[in-house]
Amino acid sequence: MTETIENLRDFNYFKLNTNTHVLVEYIWIDGTGERLRSKTKVYDTPIKSLDDVEWWTFDGSSTDQAITKFSEIFLKPVCMVRDPFRGDPHKFVLCETYKPDRKTPARFNFRWIAEKIMQEASESDPWFGIEQEYFMLKRTGTTHLWPLGWPVGGFPYPQGRYYCSIGERNNFGRALSEAHQRACLCAGLKLSGINSEVAPSQWEFQIGIARGIEAGDHLWLARYILERLGEEFGIDINYDPKPIQGDWNGTGAHCNFSTTTTREQGGYEYIKEFMLPLLEKNHQKMMLLYGLNNEARLTGKHETGEYNQFSWGDGSRGCSIRVPIITKELGKGYLEDRRPAANMDPYLVCSALVDATCMNGKYLMTLIEQFAESLKQL
Amino acid sequence: MTETIENLRDFNYYQLSKAVNNTIVLAEYIWIDGTGESLRSKTKVYQTPIKTLEDLEWWTYDGSSTDQAVTRFSEIYLKPVRVIKDPFRGDPHILVLCETYLPDKKTPARYNFRWIANQIMEKAKDHKPWFGIEQEYFLLKRTGTTHLWPLGWPTGGFPYPQGRYYCSIGERNNFGRALAEAHLRACLNAGIKIAGLNAEVAPSQWEFQIGIAEGIEIGDHMWLARYILERIGEEFGIDINYDPKPILGDWNGSGAHCNYSTLTTRSEGGYRYIVDKLMPILKENHLEMIKLYGQKNELRLTGRHETGKYDQFSWGDGSRGCSVRVPIITKEQGQGYFEDRRPAANIDPYLVSAALVDVTCLNGEHLKQLNQIFEDSLKPLGQQIFQQQKEQFQQQTQ
Repeated sequence: MTETIENLRDFNYFKLNTNTHVLVEYIWIDGTGERLRSKTKVYDTPIKSLDDVEWWTFDGSSTDQAITKFSEIFLKPVCMVRDPFRGDPHKFVLCETYKPDRKTPARFNFRWIAEKIMQEASESDPWFGIEQEYFMLKRTGTTHLWPLGWPVGGFPYPQGRYYCSIGERNNFGRALSEAHQRACLCAGLKLSGINSEVAPSQWEFQIGIARGIEAGDHLWLARYILERLGEEFGIDINYDPKPIQGDWNGTGAHCNFSTTTTREQGGYEYIKEFMLPLLEKNHQKMMLLYGLNNEARLTGKHETGEYNQFSWGDGSRGCSIRVPIITKELGKGYLEDRRPAANMDPYLVCSALVDATCMNGKYLMTLIEQFAESLKQL
Repeated sequence: MTETIENLRDFNYYQLSKAVNNTIVLAEYIWIDGTGESLRSKTKVYQTPIKTLEDLEWWTYDGSSTDQAVTRFSEIYLKPVRVIKDPFRGDPHILVLCETYLPDKKTPARYNFRWIANQIMEKAKDHKPWFGIEQEYFLLKRTGTTHLWPLGWPTGGFPYPQGRYYCSIGERNNFGRALAEAHLRACLNAGIKIAGLNAEVAPSQWEFQIGIAEGIEIGDHMWLARYILERIGEEFGIDINYDPKPILGDWNGSGAHCNYSTLTTRSEGGYRYIVDKLMPILKENHLEMIKLYGQKNELRLTGRHETGKYDQFSWGDGSRGCSVRVPIITKEQGQGYFEDRRPAANIDPYLVSAALVDVTCLNGEHLKQLNQIFEDSLKPLGQQIFQQQKEQFQQQTQ
């Protein structure tokens, strides 16, 4: 290697200018519903807005979204941000996936119905803040993954010392989490904070305050940036709700939620008297949309509520819904739904919350059916 | 190594060339060698400015060292045919793609097919044939001279099965992005018509697309893009592999799908023209054309792993399991292009593009000749030279 590097020393490919072209990275959710895929299209015209970006197609049979015989899936650009890796003028374009008729959503595209729900509920002006947790894992060989900083094949000191920690002793992977924050802000995403979490090498970033469909878009793009950075650092990003068995926290994506009504005078009472009963009534149904394998995480221990039981409390973290002390104090504000797992689809969770609390659960069954359809084998 | 770096610490060779960039042009002459699949190159220093192709001279090289000539008659001529910027050395330096000729300057050397492709493209130029080729390749890591294994795979073993790698992101599933990205930048900088990039179905398999290129352009840009890719592979210590089926088992092979259209397919009624006229023509010529579509392609075209079978022609709208795919968008709009999925990654794009144009626009007039020329190149040199010497001797005695 050293010999060949000498051949072209001082030659930095990434400084090669590309003033004449715009590289557009098309990003979509694949046939697992939890992972993203992307590919690059070279444009030789300036890209000013989403309208300048064309629909594209990809091989759905390679992402478990189509069979070989009818493999074409369309990519419909829906959200464009700056590419923080390639820099200006290059772009990331988040896409919805559609079958060849361009109308039927492909497997695991839930954005189309989330957008519909958000539009119908636009008078309620729903705001979201999502706390995305994740583990950093280090790989040895194809199959073996173990959390960063943990002794190989063993366990570190028990939890208690790691949440928001500093120091070599207790904090693992800050560089990646910091790089992620910078990259997201550079891209123009609504990232509002980061912190290290309760389990060692577990982290959290928050997306918010995002309105309506924005929450889903920004969270998926933030996840994309995180995985790409993981490549750079050689670190695997893990959203499993309960990656390590035993006395170790699971990984969630708490969803902070408010509407016009909760944010105005009387909001706290409205939450208590009107919203919480609605959420309790729809608990079992909504849990179906809150992430696969979530039962392993929602045990009632480790700051969770039990999977099968709805509960809430002012300032309590051991239940399904936490109503923050500040909401009670001011008499208005927001609530925190602590049920969603880290691997949830934010389009499903956000639209379920809006639907249950503002539209009487009109679309809840549709959401569940759509999700169940996607889970079926092709 | 460290000691030598210390001796000349802070002395950067590449800064040197900047001082002479005004007066010197380094021209890298590039040609296809006697394997038909690899490229070679060497540098000529020009003390005069180079503005066009005409400013570049014909050159010669030792064909007996590239399996294109025997020692006794080793000179092979290099005829410059296309110039682009050199992305490695920067302005004003250039990369020069060349055709190879025997000492008479007229007879093409072994594996030069560009001359006939050019003729065919000239004849068919009113049809305006457009191409987009999806070049796939594997990234291999070397341990010692002989052992190569795909980048990111456990040494001597296998990673998780396919399904997770196509267009993937993340340390878990994506291997070698830096190289693919560097290649994209270098090609754009050089002025190559590169249209896109993605990770492919097999782990550490990648694809870049060259297009839309018209006529002879496609072969030129493809070979130059391949040249740049191999050079970048040197930098990263990564081997670029175009074998149609490098790893046996449930792992994809590497192809070079050729997207193709003509004036007629792009006009109203184009879709019907493709389906009713062109598909039958391609079916009729299938066995002749497939010979030009890459050595050992039979290992790849099994009917599985998104391929059609080697000795059977098939096509479908939007289907990837056949010889030719007619994209949904062509059907929708009633006009457009189709995708020939048969070519392997190790094709000569001059042969493939010429065959497609010949069969669809020129009634297949040259197909036999193309096949003949290709087979001649495959013959061991001894036979060829004997033939040439015999002809020359006969000419002299007449």
